[in-house]
Amino acid sequence: MNSDAAVLTKKSFLDAPSRSRASADRQNNATCREISRFKRRKLLDHLKGHALSTAVFVTVFALWEIASRTGLVDPMFSSSPSAVVLTGIELISDGTLAKHVLASGKVYVLGVGSAIVLGVPIGVATGWFKWVNRAFSPLISAFYTMPRIALMPVFIIWFGLGTSAKVALVLLSAIFPLIVNMQVAMQNIDEEYKRVGIAYGATQWQLFRTIALPSSVPFLLTGLRLSMGRGMLGVIAAEIFGGAEGLGYLIQYAGATFQIDVVFVGVVVIAGFGVIVDRSLAYFATRVDSWKITSS
Amino acid sequence: MNEILARELEAPAYGPALLFSESESGAGLAEPAAPIAGRRKLPDMMARQYEPPLLAVKDLVITYEHQKTGAQTEAVHCVSLDIEEGEFVTIVGLSGCGKTSFLNAVAGLVKAVSGSITVAGRRVDRPGPDRAVVFQKATLLPWRTVMDNITYGLELRGIPKQQARQKAGRYVDLVQLRGFEHFHPAALSGGMQQRVNLARALVTEPYLLLLDEPFAALDAITRESMQHELLAIWNQTRKTVLMVTHQIDEAVLLSDRVIVFSPRPARIAADIRINLPRPRTGEVRFDPVFEQRTKEVFDVIHQSTGQVVP
Repeated sequence: MNSDAAVLTKKSFLDAPSRSRASADRQNNATCREISRFKRRKLLDHLKGHALSTAVFVTVFALWEIASRTGLVDPMFSSSPSAVVLTGIELISDGTLAKHVLASGKVYVLGVGSAIVLGVPIGVATGWFKWVNRAFSPLISAFYTMPRIALMPVFIIWFGLGTSAKVALVLLSAIFPLIVNMQVAMQNIDEEYKRVGIAYGATQWQLFRTIALPSSVPFLLTGLRLSMGRGMLGVIAAEIFGGAEGLGYLIQYAGATFQIDVVFVGVVVIAGFGVIVDRSLAYFATRVDSWKITSS
Repeated sequence: MNEILARELEAPAYGPALLFSESESGAGLAEPAAPIAGRRKLPDMMARQYEPPLLAVKDLVITYEHQKTGAQTEAVHCVSLDIEEGEFVTIVGLSGCGKTSFLNAVAGLVKAVSGSITVAGRRVDRPGPDRAVVFQKATLLPWRTVMDNITYGLELRGIPKQQARQKAGRYVDLVQLRGFEHFHPAALSGGMQQRVNLARALVTEPYLLLLDEPFAALDAITRESMQHELLAIWNQTRKTVLMVTHQIDEAVLLSDRVIVFSPRPARIAADIRINLPRPRTGEVRFDPVFEQRTKEVFDVIHQSTGQVVP
């Protein structure tokens, strides 16, 4: 790996002065070949890493199963992987799980969606305009540090026990990472890039569009990732607090009635959903930020 | 209004100094992009007649205020300088002597306390399309490809993408970046980035090209080849150039006149004409006149700093 890197830097050093187009192409091809070799090696490392994590995963669950079967732990309180799987199949086939997932999903999408729609512009405005920041930053700080669940009783009084109160809580949970990240993004725009824009006659709006927005993309992605996680917490918290449907309700109800395997089914579904959201966003991030990955 | 705007940009602005101007008058009539709110109108370059010189700086004073103490520091003291069309003029001086402040004032990025700057008869108080700056650091926008970086200035003026790219194509060739248009800056070497920086300025076809220590951040070998490339580019474009550098040989190699600034606050210590034949190549370095002028500039710098020449 080290020797390859050395070859690349040496080449790019030699390549710095002017040279003919043919040699540029040759150099290009050579670089491409080296990159593809590098990618292949990366893939292999990736697979090895997966094998390891799968092994750990399987071991943990095997131990759990054994402990439960041998009576080392009481299956009444801890269930077992096989019982969880069977209950899961049952809940899927009778449609219970789908009902709760849909209910939670609706709250989540509405809550996080409106957090994005509201949070990004608020963050951008507070970061870009100093006076907006001065006006709103105490309010934002106050809300940011407060545990949002504390407001749930208020929301229930305002919006009732239905979807709206839950959406409000999810919105409030998910919006702050977006606001804060966009604010930081706007405040950390490289002055040198701004100077280039100004020197080429950019108006304020053009500076915003061609420099502030593109350079805020990494912050936006971080904000989204955090906000989607917080939103999930918000959904479950809101459903545990009140209401008669959703995964949070399912878990809460099952726990109260000692159906530990149902609790675990709920937990697994939530965890699985979390992983999917997080991974897809991380993947999206590497695609969008591709300009950061240098070819040397 | 937009049509006029586009035509002004495309039309041969004046004189023979513009490269590739003949084929562009037609393209200039193409449909312009949707208007962008708050865009400044270009000065009327076609109709405008101006009294030479192209750049006239009179009694320019620049001071800086210390951000915390509010103490005033004078960077440039009463400098007057005229540059004729097609001239390549370089300002040399010690680091921190105020030469970059002077260039930034001409660029419209720094406000002068007193004095006046006019470019082609028009007073400078902010950046404008009649000037373009090549920064010391390439400062390419990393999320844009080479091509999109080069067309950035045109894009800000609302030139349609297609037209901007067509125009940029020639400058891509001029700075020898053909084949790299779709690369992102992170994948380029320092010298290549600096060429993009140069192309980005050239493509806006300014009256006056401002170079702020353009090769200072490059290694010695790359710097020399870039100097020769700039020489070749200037031979083709014959742009009016104001450059700032602290490389004396670079100044003598490239310029028609070398202005020596005294230490801060900057005054003009000497205005030395470099009567080496044009078009020049790197070979000029071996000309006895080159050596003579280089020594002359050296001496003036040392005299102005009060140091004895070793």
